[in-house]
Amino acid sequence: MRLALEKRDKKSNSIAFMVPLISFIVSLLLGAIVLVASKANPFEAYAAMARGAFGNARRLQYTIVEAIPLLLCGLSVGIAFRLRFWNIGAEGQYVWGAIGITWVMQFWTFVPDAMLLPVGLVVGMILGALWAGIPGVLKAQWSVDETLTTLMLNYVAIGFAEYLYIKAWKAPLGNLGTPVFPDSAAFSTVWGKIHGGLFIALVLVVILWFVQYKTRWGFELNMIGKNPTAAKYQGVSIRRNIILALLVSGAIAGLAGSINTAAIAHRLTKGVNSGYGFTGIIIAWMAHLNPFASIVVAIVMASLTTGAAALQIAMKLPESMGEVLQGLVLIPLLAGSIFNEYRLIVIRKEAAK
Amino acid sequence: MKKLSVLLVLLLVITVSAFAQGQTEMSEETDAPFKVGVIYVSSPGDFGYSYMHDMGTKAAEEYFGDKIEVIRMENVPENDSAARALEQLVDEGCKIIFANSYNYQDYVLQVAKENPDVYFEHCSGYLSNENMSNYFGRMYQMRYLSGMIAGKMSPTGKLGYVGAFAIPEVIRGINAFTLGARAVNPDATVTVVWTNTWFDPSLERQGAMALLDQGVDVVAQHQDTTEPAKAAIAEGKYAIGYNADFRAITESDNVLVSPMWDWGNYMIPEIQAAMDGTWETQSYWGGLEDDMISLSPVSPLVPADFVAQVEAAKDMIAAGEMDVFWGEIKDNEGNVRQAAGEKMSDADMLSMGWFVEGVIGSTN
Repeated sequence: MRLALEKRDKKSNSIAFMVPLISFIVSLLLGAIVLVASKANPFEAYAAMARGAFGNARRLQYTIVEAIPLLLCGLSVGIAFRLRFWNIGAEGQYVWGAIGITWVMQFWTFVPDAMLLPVGLVVGMILGALWAGIPGVLKAQWSVDETLTTLMLNYVAIGFAEYLYIKAWKAPLGNLGTPVFPDSAAFSTVWGKIHGGLFIALVLVVILWFVQYKTRWGFELNMIGKNPTAAKYQGVSIRRNIILALLVSGAIAGLAGSINTAAIAHRLTKGVNSGYGFTGIIIAWMAHLNPFASIVVAIVMASLTTGAAALQIAMKLPESMGEVLQGLVLIPLLAGSIFNEYRLIVIRKEAAK
Repeated sequence: MKKLSVLLVLLLVITVSAFAQGQTEMSEETDAPFKVGVIYVSSPGDFGYSYMHDMGTKAAEEYFGDKIEVIRMENVPENDSAARALEQLVDEGCKIIFANSYNYQDYVLQVAKENPDVYFEHCSGYLSNENMSNYFGRMYQMRYLSGMIAGKMSPTGKLGYVGAFAIPEVIRGINAFTLGARAVNPDATVTVVWTNTWFDPSLERQGAMALLDQGVDVVAQHQDTTEPAKAAIAEGKYAIGYNADFRAITESDNVLVSPMWDWGNYMIPEIQAAMDGTWETQSYWGGLEDDMISLSPVSPLVPADFVAQVEAAKDMIAAGEMDVFWGEIKDNEGNVRQAAGEKMSDADMLSMGWFVEGVIGSTN
């Protein structure tokens, strides 16, 4: 007898529900093996992580704060993925958002104080959109492979940001980083550490859900993603939609960068490329491009980051163990998604004849 | 169907956190030793900057024994994670917290303001608060002495320096090193390459390789790992270590000497003061008279009579009879930066953004 994968006739509700759950349990078991190998009690370690991420009000707030840029990057990437445009450049677009808002805060002295934040967010969005537009146009006009262009442009953006905070825009006193933004341009806080960026992100979730599932444009994107030839015969302009979707995708990643810069770092400095754009890819994928599901996935991913720190404190495990566990959680979750569309069957010898 | 899974995850989160809540309450009952927190920008396994901070922490642990409990966090990024790490240490009951990297300073100040009953110690910055001190050492003094040795031992007088960032701390070190080398060999030059990173073994090595390709025969460094020194050793050239005794780590006498930190000598009295309730905020910049900085044992390749000469210079600095940045000092474009016969002010040293005569490289 042997094992084989068979395509499911239809996607069932129970499967969509059970697959992530079982994958998550498998992740925990895999992590437990590693933890036991490092002489740590896995139950205590997981409890410590949960405490680190949700243990008190402030930690919960931190986890949510961490989830905001992750959610936005997940939404950003999700839009492009809808039409099977593999935008892995959200990281660079995020960085451009951070550059954009810093530019406004530092040099647009003609903008009244009260308007600095909104103007900065918009400029961040525009720069993010333009950065994403480059691979968009390259793909639409000349079919240049987007995985390479979006990936490489990340490093250009990161390098340029480094140039700005190390040299060109560096604050006169001190080491690295631009001057701190004016206090009047800070985000107001919603609850404890949670800043107003949360509302922007949640409103975007609703808008994107509506656009993707309820509008003609969302329908077109879906069609291009599923069957570009059919879409073309339907009179859908693939070029226009690729560029449009990329502009939106880049704008959202740019928004993530400008929000986080205004709300947390208050300046462009080391640590601007903290990997949110890359994690956004995982979020979009695990949420099946659904904006509402992205909220949950973003919180789970954020809690892995905020919880990992507790491993060091409570378990005296090295910091890298947190990263190992984060990776281990992802593998079964991503691999498990295959069972959404396929099922495992056992083929006996006589049956195979 | 998606809704169901959303609900399930939320349920899981709530139960786990409820369970977690119970745990914290239980663990806070015991009568605990005085808790000390430390956050490191890299791993103590770097054998460099964080390694030496951890040696200081270990010295404190040895000194206080059971009276303190240290909670360490390593590889803490210089972003919002630093604030989270600091607050977790506060949550764990730490009464004094040391943070070892410059870019933590905004976050240290933020958390210090929110936790007035905890003392914070930030290394290498300039911000402070009622409950937050900053501290650092006059490493440039040791850089000067190591520069003397490099200048003496270099056959060509072409020295190289792998620098992290063009910031005052690093520039000051390069200038001091150059002044030391030129005190021994007036024709010596120091070529600088920037890596734009504190910690990146491969980039640090590449920086050293670039210098060696240009014919440099001593490589000094302001980096966190031993890679630049190892690159020089591999080419049969000399190296000047930093942070720790690189000669002991690399087991090569080609490492002529290493300027070193001894953070324990600062941390122990600060922890004691925090325990006694006599802690006071300060901006501390200790020199070699305070034993926070030191010079490793010198390689046997360096002639003994010259080592005595270096020791004599060290004693003069300690006694205040001589200082590294003592005029007249010209920059590498010929402008006089420090008038003859005068000692440079701390403010000028802390904001130093230019190279002295003899340095080949750019500060921007």
